[in-house]
Amino acid sequence: MSIERTYEEINEKIRQGKAVVVTAEEVIDIVAEKGLEQAAREIDVVTTGTFGPMCSSGVFLNFGHPTPRMRMQRIWLNGVEAYGGIAAVDAYLGATQLPETDPENKVFPGHFSYGGGHVIHDLVAGKEIRLEAISYGTDCYPRKKIETVITLNDINEAILFNPRNAYQNYNCAVNLGDRTLYTYMGILRPRLGNASYSTSAQLSPLLNDPYYKTIGIGTRIFLGGGIGYVAWHGTQHHPNVPRGENGVPTTPAGTLAVIGDLKQMSPEWLVGASYLGYGASLIVGLGIPIPILNEEILQYTAVKDEDIYCPIVDYSEGYPYKKSIDLGMVNYKELKSGFITINGKKVPTTPLSSYPKARKIAGILKEWIRTGKFELTKPVAPIPSAEADIEIKSLQERPVNGFNNRR
Amino acid sequence: MFKSRIVCFFSEAQSEQPIIYRLVKDFDLVINILKADINPRKQGYLVVELSGERKAYDAGVAFLKDLGVRVEPLSQTVIWHEDLCTQCGACTSFCPTGALNMNRETMEISFDNSKCVVCGMCLDCCPTRAIEVHFDLTPVGG
Repeated sequence: MSIERTYEEINEKIRQGKAVVVTAEEVIDIVAEKGLEQAAREIDVVTTGTFGPMCSSGVFLNFGHPTPRMRMQRIWLNGVEAYGGIAAVDAYLGATQLPETDPENKVFPGHFSYGGGHVIHDLVAGKEIRLEAISYGTDCYPRKKIETVITLNDINEAILFNPRNAYQNYNCAVNLGDRTLYTYMGILRPRLGNASYSTSAQLSPLLNDPYYKTIGIGTRIFLGGGIGYVAWHGTQHHPNVPRGENGVPTTPAGTLAVIGDLKQMSPEWLVGASYLGYGASLIVGLGIPIPILNEEILQYTAVKDEDIYCPIVDYSEGYPYKKSIDLGMVNYKELKSGFITINGKKVPTTPLSSYPKARKIAGILKEWIRTGKFELTKPVAPIPSAEADIEIKSLQERPVNGFNNRR
Repeated sequence: MFKSRIVCFFSEAQSEQPIIYRLVKDFDLVINILKADINPRKQGYLVVELSGERKAYDAGVAFLKDLGVRVEPLSQTVIWHEDLCTQCGACTSFCPTGALNMNRETMEISFDNSKCVVCGMCLDCCPTRAIEVHFDLTPVGG
């Protein structure tokens, strides 16, 4: 008889310290050894993890009011501007924001040594941060200028809110051109000099639950070393893409918007990053537990690197100019071996996402659940899955002459 | 036979001297230049592997120091900060000598200083700047 479990039953076992929890790496051998049915009887939860650059990340901050009060209009943290077009003393600091003094790519390739991601890293590490803000002044908020030093402890709220994290699969990036490229996929050497990729593959959250049968709005997760939640599907979420027989998308597909309290998080799991010639970012640690509700869910979590394929994409012409150049597909076992073959050429592979750290996150989450510190949540609503009819739109350009429709 | 990798820093005047010639001719040292940036009337550096009799090696290094060349062991020049490293492994695909290496079983990174030739590729590709070099390898910015 096939096994069925509920979230409540799993949580009861967690509370009793009896839940059987394994990582998405460990589950592969267990299923191979014991078979799906027996393994499903034994395992309650499978934990996943990923630790890679996630540019669409940032933090909402509330600084508290100085005396007299101030409606902070423009705000800088260590010289990096945070968006102030929301309520007084609230701001949103994005991971890729740069200081106005940054030379960017004026001397190419730029170094991007310090940006929003680094400020978030410094904040979560408890370091002192220089806060500057200006305003036009109002009767209720008379103050026009402030310069002070803050720490994470000094401010009211710091809420990490990342609109697009945990990409379900991604391109393998190469360069068919004749000069070195500096991209968000790292340095790409000319004439197929290397191939970069970014995922923890068999450990990655959405690759272990390809149809989002357990991951949805409200799912409690490991985020940046603390506890967070899935807030929504992420931007560019595109579940209706080609999938393999195992259900795993063979192109970039689903994404998650996630939220959590920065004050609980750790600088080990939110790390500022600089990509030569591209910009600043934030490396985010994220892990999601998957409740083994039945054999089907377990089957998905037993996915292996060799069963997950991604497209090889040229970043000299193909990606930036949207040209269709077929370079074939590659699986993550091949990518993780260090070399792949493209058009008969042996090409070294460049990882951007950390597999050892992904494994560590899955291990930490496993311990949290085993020791009763972390219970699972049933999604309050699902996110769109393969049957959705989502079209990723291109931005169309139209003539703007005479268009002045401000009111 | 003694072998060591050193970094020699030259002033403008010193870069006009035939220093390598003297090391070979007078001290009988085998010289393997790993990396160099020396230009007429400009300060520069040389990363070099010297091998020979221990006495000759010491005398050769003393000769360099007498000339006013700053000599530092290579091992103190390139430092991998394991605490800053996120273990992504990007550097290992650019490292030409395998000094930065990824264990394919565990996917963990290690750094073997003795294999490093200070090419500087890892400085460019490391997103967390976990590798530090104590002298400026790049002409702009560093």
